[in-house]
Amino acid sequence: MNIILNYVFLIVILVASIGQMLSRDWRWSLGFLGAQYLGVFWYIQTIWPINLAIVKLISGLIVCIALATSQKSTTSFSNPETSWPQGYLFRFLAAALIVLATLAIAPPTSTWLGVSNTIGTWASLLLMGIGLLQLGITTQPLRVIIALLTLISGFEIIYAFVESSALVAAMLVLINLGLSLVGTYLLSTDNVENIN
Amino acid sequence: MSAPIIWIIIPFVIGFILWLIPNERLVTWLGIGISALFAVSAWILPIETPISLGNWSMKISTTMSILGRNLILSSTDQPLIIFFYLSLCFWFISSSLAGSTNKLIPYGFLILTLLISALAVEPFLYAALLIEIAVLVSVPLLKPAFIPPGRGLMRFLAFQTIAMPFILFSGWLLTGITTGPEELSLISQAAIFLALGFVFLMAIFPFNTWIPLLTEETHPSSVVFILWIFPTIGLLFGLYFLDTFSWIRDSIYLPVILRSSGLLMIVTGGIWAAFQKNFKRMMAYAVIMETGYSLLALSIKGTLGIDLFFGLLVPRTLTLFLWALALAIISKNTSSTQFSKVKGFGRKYPFSATVLILSHLSLAGVPLLAGFPIHQALWEQLGIISLTGAIWYAIASIGLFMGGIRSLAVLVAPSNERFIIKENWPQRIFLSIGILILILLGIFPQWVSPLLSSFPLMFSHLGR
Repeated sequence: MNIILNYVFLIVILVASIGQMLSRDWRWSLGFLGAQYLGVFWYIQTIWPINLAIVKLISGLIVCIALATSQKSTTSFSNPETSWPQGYLFRFLAAALIVLATLAIAPPTSTWLGVSNTIGTWASLLLMGIGLLQLGITTQPLRVIIALLTLISGFEIIYAFVESSALVAAMLVLINLGLSLVGTYLLSTDNVENIN
Repeated sequence: MSAPIIWIIIPFVIGFILWLIPNERLVTWLGIGISALFAVSAWILPIETPISLGNWSMKISTTMSILGRNLILSSTDQPLIIFFYLSLCFWFISSSLAGSTNKLIPYGFLILTLLISALAVEPFLYAALLIEIAVLVSVPLLKPAFIPPGRGLMRFLAFQTIAMPFILFSGWLLTGITTGPEELSLISQAAIFLALGFVFLMAIFPFNTWIPLLTEETHPSSVVFILWIFPTIGLLFGLYFLDTFSWIRDSIYLPVILRSSGLLMIVTGGIWAAFQKNFKRMMAYAVIMETGYSLLALSIKGTLGIDLFFGLLVPRTLTLFLWALALAIISKNTSSTQFSKVKGFGRKYPFSATVLILSHLSLAGVPLLAGFPIHQALWEQLGIISLTGAIWYAIASIGLFMGGIRSLAVLVAPSNERFIIKENWPQRIFLSIGILILILLGIFPQWVSPLLSSFPLMFSHLGR
């Protein structure tokens, strides 16, 4: 049953990570990000106690809500990209390359790390790859924050497989929440005190 | 009472309290006074030695435990604490003279204490997390209100965040090596992850593109603090790894890697500086070169390399903060810091222009200025190891020097305006003191040697 669910959540992560990259509407992107955290929670709970793993899901959902509050209800992504091809096809092909590359390196990575859950390793590498890809093709603040959160989510899965420190988990949660706060700050151009 | 409570927790709490106070003048004075007080306390108070005041006695311990992890500050760390708080105080004074608002001060305390705790935490893998938290805290310092974030800030955030997973992961691999020395196959893997982590963390070429962008986007007073503190802490964190793991320290490849990356940074920085037409970006290239010089110093084996590394710290700090103040004063009165927009500004801002040029030339290693003695020593040592490296070093320094001469030409260019000094008296006095310090440190570098000689003692293997 667990193996089937591993595959189900791999599909969830696959769809969510590619979906948030392709999406042009922030609502969809944040929705996909939320679904992504569900997948992250699933893989982490296979190693950690569920009461600790659930923290990842809850913090992930808080992150999504915090970022959603910073968006104006009528806007899609502001500040359209100018420097890279922005078509769906380009993004989809780039994401497909990441999917194939991570599929190829997931089994040796699992062996190297001594992780029995190869599907989880693939999900982790996939998220890190998509996060890096997004960082490479965007400068739009919300997209950058989502990409960083995706990258960290992927890292959190693989790190949970090898390290079970609750304090590290807590600090990673803090960093996730901090990133969302930073995102909220960066996206709000008013109601902030002038520092400089 | 423990040392981490005094020099990490209390300043951190003070940072929060200052953030809540709306009175700008009060916050400025409190920030300057409190940072100076922490520097003096680190100088006076002994650690692990009983202090008697009449019938009352106390001892400051080295360790503070938080959830099973330790923050450790020993007496060998005190010189560094003095240096950091004195630098913070200097930055507060210069930024208040530059007309920055009071919010720099709480952020300064928060960022500095987080980064000191990154150096003090055991086990060390938590340091990467603390540095990342400091990066997040620094974002409000770097984004001016009402202006959308620029590409430099987004890249800074991205690159610094990418560093964290690499360092955390290498930390996990290094733990495996520590517990089982026979697992030497892990060494190369750990080294790759560690190197990638530090390349991002210290903005080593080619991941330093955010520095010129960020410098152009942000107020000089804000950005200079970030460009000073993060590379410094990153380099010290790297030294900690060298000190702890003998296989890194003794690697035959390490000096070559450090020298190559250092040279690459100073040469690219120098060449870009030579052709630069923007005062803010010029400072950014000098900062990039400074990280390169530090890497070059570390590539020199033995205690000499460490001495050179620490020798660069004081002149760099003074010079960068003075440069930023001068730049802030000049840029406040112009829409852009492009050369074409500030032609002849030396007539209106003679003190700022002088400091700007002297700071620039000091970092280029021009004789009789603060940067000269240590740059000359570094160049000499590099020449002993690699003549080619020394030639590239000279080319890079000439590049930065040319940038300085071009800046001078722009600032003193003929203009229709009359010679009227527009700096206020506090600015004139502080900048004059800055000029004096830059020259005196060039002539009498031994004045800071008592502080510099005690820095390497914080490491058990490198500094002895």
